[in-house]
Amino acid sequence: MFEGLGDRLQGVFAKLRGKGKLSEKDIDAAMREIRLVLLEADVNFKVVKMFTDRIRTRASGEEVTKSVTPAQQVVKIVFDEMTDILGGSSKALNFAAHPPSVLMLVGLQGSGKTTAAAKLAVMLRRKGREPMLVAADVYRPAAVEQLQILGAQIDIPVAYFKHKSASKIVEKAVEEASRSGRDVVILDTAGRLHIDEEMMQELVDIKGSVSPCETLLVVDAMTGQDAVNVALAFREKLDFDGILITKMDGDARGGAALSMKTVTGKPIKLASVGEKMDDLEEFHPDRVASRILGMGDIVSLVEKAEQTITEERARKLEEKLRKHKFDFNDFLEQMQQIKQMGGLEKVMEMVPGMGSISRAQGMGMDERHLGRIEAIIQSMTPEERENAQILNASRRKRIARGSGTSTQDVNQLVKQFTQMQKMMKQLTGKGGMGMLKKLFPF
Amino acid sequence: MAGKRKKKRPPRRKKGERPPPPAKKLPTTQKKGEKAPEDEERTVEVGPGQEPEPVIVLDEPAVEAGEADAGEEDEKEEDDGRLSKGMFRSRKLLRRPFSRMATRRAIDPEFWNDAEEALIAADTGVECAVEIVERARGRILREGIRDIDGLKGAFRTEVAEMLRSFGDLPEPSDSKPRVLFIVGVNGVGKTTTAAKIGYLMKNRGEKVLFAAADTFRAAGIEQMEMWADRLGIPVVRHKTGGDPAAVVFDAVESAGARGIDVLLVDTAGRLHTKKNLMEELGKMWRVADRNVPGTPEAILVIDATTGQNGIIQARVFGEALDVGSIALTKMDGSARGGVVMAIGKEIGIPVAFIGMGEGMSDLRPFDPEEYAQALF
Repeated sequence: MFEGLGDRLQGVFAKLRGKGKLSEKDIDAAMREIRLVLLEADVNFKVVKMFTDRIRTRASGEEVTKSVTPAQQVVKIVFDEMTDILGGSSKALNFAAHPPSVLMLVGLQGSGKTTAAAKLAVMLRRKGREPMLVAADVYRPAAVEQLQILGAQIDIPVAYFKHKSASKIVEKAVEEASRSGRDVVILDTAGRLHIDEEMMQELVDIKGSVSPCETLLVVDAMTGQDAVNVALAFREKLDFDGILITKMDGDARGGAALSMKTVTGKPIKLASVGEKMDDLEEFHPDRVASRILGMGDIVSLVEKAEQTITEERARKLEEKLRKHKFDFNDFLEQMQQIKQMGGLEKVMEMVPGMGSISRAQGMGMDERHLGRIEAIIQSMTPEERENAQILNASRRKRIARGSGTSTQDVNQLVKQFTQMQKMMKQLTGKGGMGMLKKLFPF
Repeated sequence: MAGKRKKKRPPRRKKGERPPPPAKKLPTTQKKGEKAPEDEERTVEVGPGQEPEPVIVLDEPAVEAGEADAGEEDEKEEDDGRLSKGMFRSRKLLRRPFSRMATRRAIDPEFWNDAEEALIAADTGVECAVEIVERARGRILREGIRDIDGLKGAFRTEVAEMLRSFGDLPEPSDSKPRVLFIVGVNGVGKTTTAAKIGYLMKNRGEKVLFAAADTFRAAGIEQMEMWADRLGIPVVRHKTGGDPAAVVFDAVESAGARGIDVLLVDTAGRLHTKKNLMEELGKMWRVADRNVPGTPEAILVIDATTGQNGIIQARVFGEALDVGSIALTKMDGSARGGVVMAIGKEIGIPVAFIGMGEGMSDLRPFDPEEYAQALF
């Protein structure tokens, strides 16, 4: 998501960078390009107009013309404006003062409501709540079964009552939640077209009968220019509270996400970023803007790291690093942690500058390559893992056989590893590696 | 597949190879051959200050003046068939340039801008929008068109012509059974489309079999089965989580034994960015390819709301298997599905079907003229 957009925008900035002074003409040319880039990313054409106009005005002002590094200033302005159109700061979900809190998901067919409902339940459970799912889709074949199966997979109860009226089902489900002491009820409604009066009325009825404290519009990240029409129609009928963007793990350039807040005035609250059930995240406009513009996202990275790496492990590692005892065991552990953090590719994306580099070089951060490295290390004896020095030719041959790789692969790994050790010595020697140590111990 | 066009499909046309527009071009800032979006010189606006624009004064009084100030509000639409009905909302926007012009009673530079914006708003992408406007303008000036209907006609003609230029539909494979893969990203309506195509073909008197190869999504198989039940079409299924290629294998065997004419394979939705899932698709394709005489066919399902990402989808799916045509679904909303033009221009895949709703009979062969008609 957003990669294509980021790369193209950075291309525009690169052209500005070589210039000591920016003339009106330079800025106009840059704005024309940005316009095109955004339109091709499916950003709504009205939003594009507004966005480029605002940047143009600010970029012609003093802060840029008087600056020694005008290009940097332009990047900053674009970053500010982009954060702004994405919604400024992140907005939390609403919960009711008296449980159960009812959360309702609405949207077009195929936007991913059912999966999002299950992911939302997992996320809320992680935060200490006790959610219940409600299957309120009485139309699509097997929709109820889909939610029931998902519920069973994630071990969260799914309420369903056979009834023709969705609002009756929902009412009963909320009663059931109060009885069984569930504090959050997530309603998975049927997908519908925003121009279908009858179906939209059904949502109004549901909303009237259980008054949800949070209504989320579910929007597919790949949606084109029509996204805003859909959102406006839903807002008119339903006045939803926030937006949940799905399928952000695709390579859509995210125009829908970039247009939503400006057009509807409703914030994007959540984003689904992967296939796994815990791949739902809070949406942080500033971090997303930073990622789009290739500035990385250290904050998210640290958060992710904190989620996966325990204090104790970190301390142990630090000590080992200080004593220059970083060995293959630690290396393996680090790799596994990266995997837990969503894979190397995701991690790289969050490191400033790395995202575009790894993509530009087509490195593709092959997970299978990591798998091979893992296999090689696991084919070593405990002694070998602790001391790479003893790896002579015959040992290397054995390891290659054991891991199903070639001796060259083993050689390469050992070489890289010793280089890494050397580098670490230098780094730790200067003392205080700060965040780097925590993030990139290898 | 629509059954009426039997011509062999010409090799896919690449970007830039299209025949030049029939007439000499008007002076614009868009130079010939500068099609790549990367071109920095490219100017999209055809605005004042660049070239003296001919302002054409209309010779008719503003017939549609009533519409002119309607702006964003609802317009009363005449009912001319289901497609236009389905694209009810879409008309408003694409008509706006015309209605605005009607008040001014002249074609000024603003009109071309409006038209281009309207097309971009229909998801055609910038490149297609620029080209359509440019060609329509050529036609309008060349033929001295001075009335609103004529202007619309010019745009319709260009859209239809562009759609036709993406090549003819692939000839149905003469293998027995024909194997048709229904593929696409998540949530575009693959299962529903598979069911509807099954219904179309069954009504044509062919013996149809479904393969429920969406073994990934929770209740994906159940959804297919419910459709199959409704339509009275048999279905081959395995358990959820099974190998979809094995489902294809069994379905092919079963089709052979039962004397089936068409085997429709409903695949799991997958984002084209997931390499392993695309490889899985390739494997399913190879299984079918090995076990039936002749080659399988694939239909890519694109949702009308899809933006420019549709181009990449088409390209990547086309690499995994041989995508011969597109089924454009959810055309009963306000989305205009203009991305099929961007796809066609870029990759040269024609549209075979258009889906207008949730009913069994809401899928029909795509007709470029009808689509163009509904667009303006």
